[in-house]
Amino acid sequence: MAEIYFTKEHEWIKVEDNVGVVGITAYASEQLGDIVFVELPEEGIIAEIGKDIAVVESVKAASEVYSPVSGTIIKSNEDLNSTPEIVNEDPVGKGWFYEIKISNNDELSGLMSEEEYQKHIGD
Amino acid sequence: MKNSNKGLNHDEPILFDIGGMDKSGVDLNEPTFKENFIGECFEDREIGLPGLSEPESIRHYVRLSRKNYSIDAGLYPLGSCTMKHNPRLNEKLARLKGFSEVHPLQPLSTCQGALELIDEISVWLKELTGMKAVTMTPKAGAQGELCGMLAIKKAIESRNECHRTKVLVPDSAHGTNPATAAFLGFDVVTIKSDKNGRLNFDDFKQNVDKKFAAAMITNPNTCGLFEDDIIEISNYIHDAGGYLYCDGANFNALVGKVRPGDLGIDAMHINLHKTFSTPHGGGGPGSGPVVFSDLLKDFCPAPLLKKDEEYYYLVENLNDKDIDKSFGRLCVFHGQMGMFVRALSYMMSHGSDGLRQVSEDAVLNANYIKSSLEDVLTPAYEGYCMHEVLFNDDFLSGTGVETIDFAKALIDKGYHPMTIYFPLVVHGALLVEPTETESKNSIDQFIETIRELASKTQDGEEFFKKAPIYTPIRRLDETKAARNPVLRWQKNDVIAAE
Amino acid sequence: MRYLPLTKNDREEMLSTIGVNNIDELFSNIAEKANINPKINLPNHKTEMEVEKHLSLLSDKNLHADNSSFFIGGGSYKHHIPASVDHIIQRSEFLTSYTPYQPEISQGTLQYLYEFQTQVSLLTGMDISNASMYDGSTATAEAVSMAKRITKRNGVILSNTIHPHYADVIKTVSGIKDNELVYNRKFSIDIDHLFNEVNDNTACVVVQNPDFFGSCYDLSSLAEFVQSKGALLIVVVTEVLSLGMLKSPGAMGADIVACEGQSLGNPMNFGGPYVGLLSTKNKYLRQIPGRIVGESEDVDGKKGFVLTLSAREQHIRREKATSNICTNSGLCSLAFTIHLTLLGEKGFKNLSRLNHESALNLKEKILKIPEVKLLNKSFFNEFTIELPIKGEIFINRMAEKRVLAGIPVSRLINNNKELDNCIVVASTETNTDDDMNSFIEAAKEVLR
Repeated sequence: MAEIYFTKEHEWIKVEDNVGVVGITAYASEQLGDIVFVELPEEGIIAEIGKDIAVVESVKAASEVYSPVSGTIIKSNEDLNSTPEIVNEDPVGKGWFYEIKISNNDELSGLMSEEEYQKHIGD
Repeated sequence: MKNSNKGLNHDEPILFDIGGMDKSGVDLNEPTFKENFIGECFEDREIGLPGLSEPESIRHYVRLSRKNYSIDAGLYPLGSCTMKHNPRLNEKLARLKGFSEVHPLQPLSTCQGALELIDEISVWLKELTGMKAVTMTPKAGAQGELCGMLAIKKAIESRNECHRTKVLVPDSAHGTNPATAAFLGFDVVTIKSDKNGRLNFDDFKQNVDKKFAAAMITNPNTCGLFEDDIIEISNYIHDAGGYLYCDGANFNALVGKVRPGDLGIDAMHINLHKTFSTPHGGGGPGSGPVVFSDLLKDFCPAPLLKKDEEYYYLVENLNDKDIDKSFGRLCVFHGQMGMFVRALSYMMSHGSDGLRQVSEDAVLNANYIKSSLEDVLTPAYEGYCMHEVLFNDDFLSGTGVETIDFAKALIDKGYHPMTIYFPLVVHGALLVEPTETESKNSIDQFIETIRELASKTQDGEEFFKKAPIYTPIRRLDETKAARNPVLRWQKNDVIAAE
Repeated sequence: MRYLPLTKNDREEMLSTIGVNNIDELFSNIAEKANINPKINLPNHKTEMEVEKHLSLLSDKNLHADNSSFFIGGGSYKHHIPASVDHIIQRSEFLTSYTPYQPEISQGTLQYLYEFQTQVSLLTGMDISNASMYDGSTATAEAVSMAKRITKRNGVILSNTIHPHYADVIKTVSGIKDNELVYNRKFSIDIDHLFNEVNDNTACVVVQNPDFFGSCYDLSSLAEFVQSKGALLIVVVTEVLSLGMLKSPGAMGADIVACEGQSLGNPMNFGGPYVGLLSTKNKYLRQIPGRIVGESEDVDGKKGFVLTLSAREQHIRREKATSNICTNSGLCSLAFTIHLTLLGEKGFKNLSRLNHESALNLKEKILKIPEVKLLNKSFFNEFTIELPIKGEIFINRMAEKRVLAGIPVSRLINNNKELDNCIVVASTETNTDDDMNSFIEAAKEVLR
């Protein structure tokens, strides 16, 4: 059963059986405005929790995406190369960024639940 | 081609749609096409460059020019840019052959007048800023920042204190400041502004530790306010073993009136295209000389201009003993000579008395605007400003109109908009800098227009969201341009269209 | 004062509106802490006539290309600029306009930059170009930074024969550590040396063509080799007119091309302002620094132009920007594009030929002087000769006869004795037979 977690930096991660799918939240994509480009990590890259792993660019801003967990990149969402606007349309679904094989499950306990995240952006 | 002209507004196709491979506006002697000595990489290729005759060229560029706003045609209230009048004497003198037709690597005995000019402008800059040394080489303001920070980096290295990696930058700083520091490998820490729009000195002090290298401060700052604690800040920095870099973009508020050297700064870049009237040219060229204090003067980049009795000479090679502490070289040759001539012409025309009047009138004009608009717009900070006044978008709340829309509506009223969304510390910022070369009539008309627009925001957002409507082209889709970048004309465009 | 519109009355009225008695009240917070109205040791204002007189005297002290026989190149060239160019760039709307951040009122600037970007790409044989950089040397340094970002490697190899100033700039500005840089200054490109030095940590190899000494090379096999090692080839061109007769850097396989564009539209101006050109392949689009113009549409569907891909630039990315560059070279890029438009394909290629033929002509004459040797096996419009005396002495003595005969190599490379007797001589379409005869006559006397 997939669990979803959130970070303070507005990333989400859906976890099932040691594999996470990562993207940015609706709040983040709204703040950025029209997404024009996403720079995604290559397969096999080692990600570190809290370190930048991708870049998302809009017309007026560019933002680092920080990996919610450590692990190895399994694959990235190629669709974003041709249609980056999917991130605006469906940020938590079709607008996913990458899949990662999680190396340390304990890291998940440091992340926020959906409720906690909603409170976080409410502030 | 369809005619979509309207009166004096002509549409102009791109060069590649009107030029021809067999057209030219230049008569040349016929080459002999005999032997060549190029060797293995010779090629007679089809490059694809369209040409136009002289009448067609002039028409093409004149029609393009007429789609541009310019300071000659109207006020630019652009905060941080200092869009002042560009004197035509500058242009005349820059074109004297003894400046424009001189090669940078001529034997020094044949260009003493050029070197003397560089010396003269150096003296003016040192005296106006109260600083000990100056390098004229940086090619623009951003390169001037790079120069100042490279000197600081070299100074730290020469003291064997390479653990000093931290640079403090206010949150109101122009983007080039942290970009420059990060580019050089420093760790950038952002310091908050306080509720009076100044640097929070306590937050600043808390971030100064053993790793502290330097602070990059703009003064007056990007909110248009003088950093009142600057001398205390500078003393604190020096006691901690660090350096103070000053972004001199706002020097127009101080020139002739206050000397940065008296405030304890170690390096400051000066934008000749801002304070000293060299033309903006649609984006460049600029020139960003940097003045240095005693702490940094030994680290100046090559070339150094020196004098032996009455003879000027250059120290150009980095292995020369006179230059062994230099951090290196920023550009080929000696800097933007064409801009030095223009700036010196301006400085001499004003003189030290006239330059003091410049900063006084600049500050006067900005405060007059603030006083005349503070009942309809919302100034971000109380009290007098310096040469620019900062408003936030509180006055727009509830109207549906955003800062960008207000700016676009101003275009329809015949003005280039003010600086918007900068500095970042204020929501929906509008930063207005009239400069000293606007007449009272001009400023009154601007004030009247802003008042009219502010009042109109109460009638609804449609007028503003649709703006501009009177320009040759209306709001452009910047998202489309960034998602599918088309950055040049391609031959295939023609084939695809057929 | 002629540039200050406010009258005494105006100032009084305005001070009254603000609610103060005198201007210094607006500076009072500063006066509390620092010195205002300091004594400044500079002259007071001068009339136009006085300023003109003063600067004209300085100008008159200099020899220049129009009052001497002129043969200097080395990264800055004397060419004839058509009268229309200077006339157009002085139009108010080009000279005194701001950066095109508000595209609705800057289509003039944006369109000519789009045309410029296309012209530069065609010349260099590359996919895309930006809206210009400060000059060739900083464009080259930016290209090196780009290569480091793209390959995520730090090693940089500079060919022996790139312009010595360019090498110094790269070292200063591209953040290269001493142990990451390979560079030895000598006359000929040691191709084997370049091949040997490339390793797994090499981000790029930088080669100038034609090089500082004037020689031309086909870089195709070097490009292939460098790329097979995962590194990039950066080609530097200091004389854009050479692109009318040489294979384009793109055709030879360059990854990034950095040029000095001064030869078109811009006088030598004692070193600046100039215009740097930067071109690259489509796949490196997001790494290109500086301003770039793209096509778009407005709300009515009308085609127009905007500054684009700004998210890479400093005012948005701040710490993570691709570069700290803010300006492009605006008016100088306009002068470049106007000149190139006036020339057109045929004009540009003919001008290129005329330059080469002028240099061939001069070479023939010079080689008749005893004890003078040509070092190049190939050249475009400048070449290196070896003299029987020190180059610096030769040049200074020639200058006394109003012949600006070239650049003594020792001025820029002062630690290689083998090159002390060498000078680099350029000859362009502006050099007449009379100029060349003056050169020969003077040289014969100097070498007697």
